[in-house]
Amino acid sequence: MAALFFYIFSTFTVASALAVVFNKNTVASALALLMSLVGVASIFVLLDAFLLAALMVFVYAGAVVALFLFIVMLLDVQGGVRKPFKKITIASSGIALVLLALGLYSFWKSGAQTTAELGQIVPVGATLKNYGELLFTTYLLPVQIVGFLLLIAMLGVIVLSKKFEGLEDIK
Amino acid sequence: MFDFYFHLHLIVRLVLQSLAVILVLFPIAAACSMAERKISAWIQGRPGPNRTIAPIGGLLTPLGLVGRIPFLGPFLQQMGIFQLAADGGKFTFKEDPVPGHVNKFYFVLAPIISMIPALTTVVVVPVGAYFAVVDGVKVLKPIVLANVDIGLLAVFAVSSLGVYSVILAGWASNSKYAFLGGVRASAQLISYELSMTLSVLPVFLWINKPGGQGTLSLFDAVQFQSGVFHGFSLASLHGLWGVCYMPVSAFIFLVALFAETNRAPFDMPESESELVAGFHTEYGAFKWSLFFLAEYCHMIIGSAVCILLFFGGWNLLPWVPLATLIDWLSHFISFAGHPLFMGLVGIAIFLGKVFFFIFFFMWVRWTLPRFRYDQVMDLGWKKLLPLSIANLLFYTLGIALLQK
Amino acid sequence: MAVIQVERKPLTFAERTYIPQIIGGLKTTLKHFFAPTVTLQYPEERPEIPKGYRGVPTLVKDPHGREKCVSCQLCEFVCPPKAIRITPGEIPAESSSVHVEKGPQAFDIDMLRCIYCGLCQEVCPEEAIFLQNQFSMSGYTRAEMVNNKARLYELGGTLPDQHFKWDKKKAAEEHGNAH
Repeated sequence: MAALFFYIFSTFTVASALAVVFNKNTVASALALLMSLVGVASIFVLLDAFLLAALMVFVYAGAVVALFLFIVMLLDVQGGVRKPFKKITIASSGIALVLLALGLYSFWKSGAQTTAELGQIVPVGATLKNYGELLFTTYLLPVQIVGFLLLIAMLGVIVLSKKFEGLEDIK
Repeated sequence: MFDFYFHLHLIVRLVLQSLAVILVLFPIAAACSMAERKISAWIQGRPGPNRTIAPIGGLLTPLGLVGRIPFLGPFLQQMGIFQLAADGGKFTFKEDPVPGHVNKFYFVLAPIISMIPALTTVVVVPVGAYFAVVDGVKVLKPIVLANVDIGLLAVFAVSSLGVYSVILAGWASNSKYAFLGGVRASAQLISYELSMTLSVLPVFLWINKPGGQGTLSLFDAVQFQSGVFHGFSLASLHGLWGVCYMPVSAFIFLVALFAETNRAPFDMPESESELVAGFHTEYGAFKWSLFFLAEYCHMIIGSAVCILLFFGGWNLLPWVPLATLIDWLSHFISFAGHPLFMGLVGIAIFLGKVFFFIFFFMWVRWTLPRFRYDQVMDLGWKKLLPLSIANLLFYTLGIALLQK
Repeated sequence: MAVIQVERKPLTFAERTYIPQIIGGLKTTLKHFFAPTVTLQYPEERPEIPKGYRGVPTLVKDPHGREKCVSCQLCEFVCPPKAIRITPGEIPAESSSVHVEKGPQAFDIDMLRCIYCGLCQEVCPEEAIFLQNQFSMSGYTRAEMVNNKARLYELGGTLPDQHFKWDKKKAAEEHGNAH
């Protein structure tokens, strides 16, 4: 049963991820991204990581993609006029390819884990308490760094978007 | 009597339960549309729809016969019950035009998407409680489709998807009014989600003691509010409803709820005087009615969550939990101890509170004028958000000091 | 006139939160919620027509049952939208009111044209045409919307008369001092 659901959801996720890349319409791409995120969340549910699933839907599907869509609509990006290959596209595809190869290599190297071993893994993401504890102990530094990064980005946006009147002479 | 039910396959049982919930939710949402018309009428000194009566003959014969019962029939007619049936029939069977200039796929998809969060969030909302005997011990169990640990987060997560139906409807309609409505809606929903989330955190700070099992379950939130009065002390906070010691949280949550459900005075997405009808300008017939039903479903779920968090859930009064009420009732009624009876009483109390909240929504709608859009944004970002952050800090410090 | 500067008090904190005002508004609407409705259940309950109401123009008879119209056609001439059409006729010799000499043979008012201005009532020297309380006219065809003589008398009925002009005239004639 779980295996069946896993195949359904993973196919759905991968298919919508492909749709993100190959869709010509930007809005359709953003919606495919949304579907892909929901698919990932459902795989989290299959892994009993309900908290991660809910956070995935809440933060990414609920807010981030909504903002994407919002911006895409406001900028009125015309679909179908994108140039197929820019230099940056080639570079980023190259990086993505390397990452994919690395992932596949490590997957092949570590070998398949048996189900018995999988059962012994503590579902850290399942309960709120474990999750919170890890965030505030083991992963405190990365969390702080990411938070700081976001703060800088936010300040940058404010500086870029706001017109500071009466400050011209200071510059 | 109902033992056969427990012999059914789990999936069959779950499907039956879900159907039961939907079969309750849908008629309530539909009845809300009539309640809205009636309440608006009464507030404005009108009688509201009171003429329609079903004909005898054809498919509506049973309804028509009900309408001919003396006293009851005319009363139902006065209350517009048959108008409701007529509305439903009209929305289902009238021509459903799709304008030529729209993006057809997303245009049809949007109303369907609007129903998804409205119906999915019900899954984690408990509506009552009953005593079950587990291993010889009486345990209070919630009446809920899925009693998950992250109940509240799941509600927020799924209901945050509701914004897509509005965005899509606005974008796919390919009309400037609809588009403006969609853009306004998405900005508004995202802004108020923040204050809403921050306002409920104190509730769970109270519930989750240091060192205890962390939970976001809505059932536990009600359990925290169902205690008996033992003199004024910290312990008797358990019997008090959340609104009594977290009035600011409840207020922020309620205001954010009005904004999240696009109800007046925050009905920016469909402000008639500026945007024709906002995001559903181009919609008609059944698709439009889906948007409407979804709005009412959102209202029902939103008020249900608000009741669970701040207004004592299925407890009749502060310090009078359902179990005490049932104990008291069992002096008069022999079968009061039956789990079925207890469940029904709990659901009745809960639904009564939900109905009051829906009335409150409508009452506010027909009292307050709409905000201007910049006022909505101002209120959301400059007033409610700092207030909810201050509120959170206050309770964090307070609870830390109290529980030290 | 000098401009008066009104000193406005700054809003108090409670006023700036709007909450007292909102509660006040809610109280008001709740009061109206429980107040009886003011709407008339129209087809069953009819509104009270005020005095001097100008409804559908009608023809009236005097208390003796005599048609007051003498088909002078003044109303036809004065009617701004030309809604009135009168075919004058003679009063037959065997009638008791033969001394009036003339009466309408046909009298049609096209209610699709009538603008309810009341000029016909104003101009009528015989006080024979009145705009009365009837305010709703409806029909399925254009022909139905034309009131003929019979219908006009049916709508108008009998109104009290102060003068009995033609009776006096007849009496005077019999006494030999007609003018």
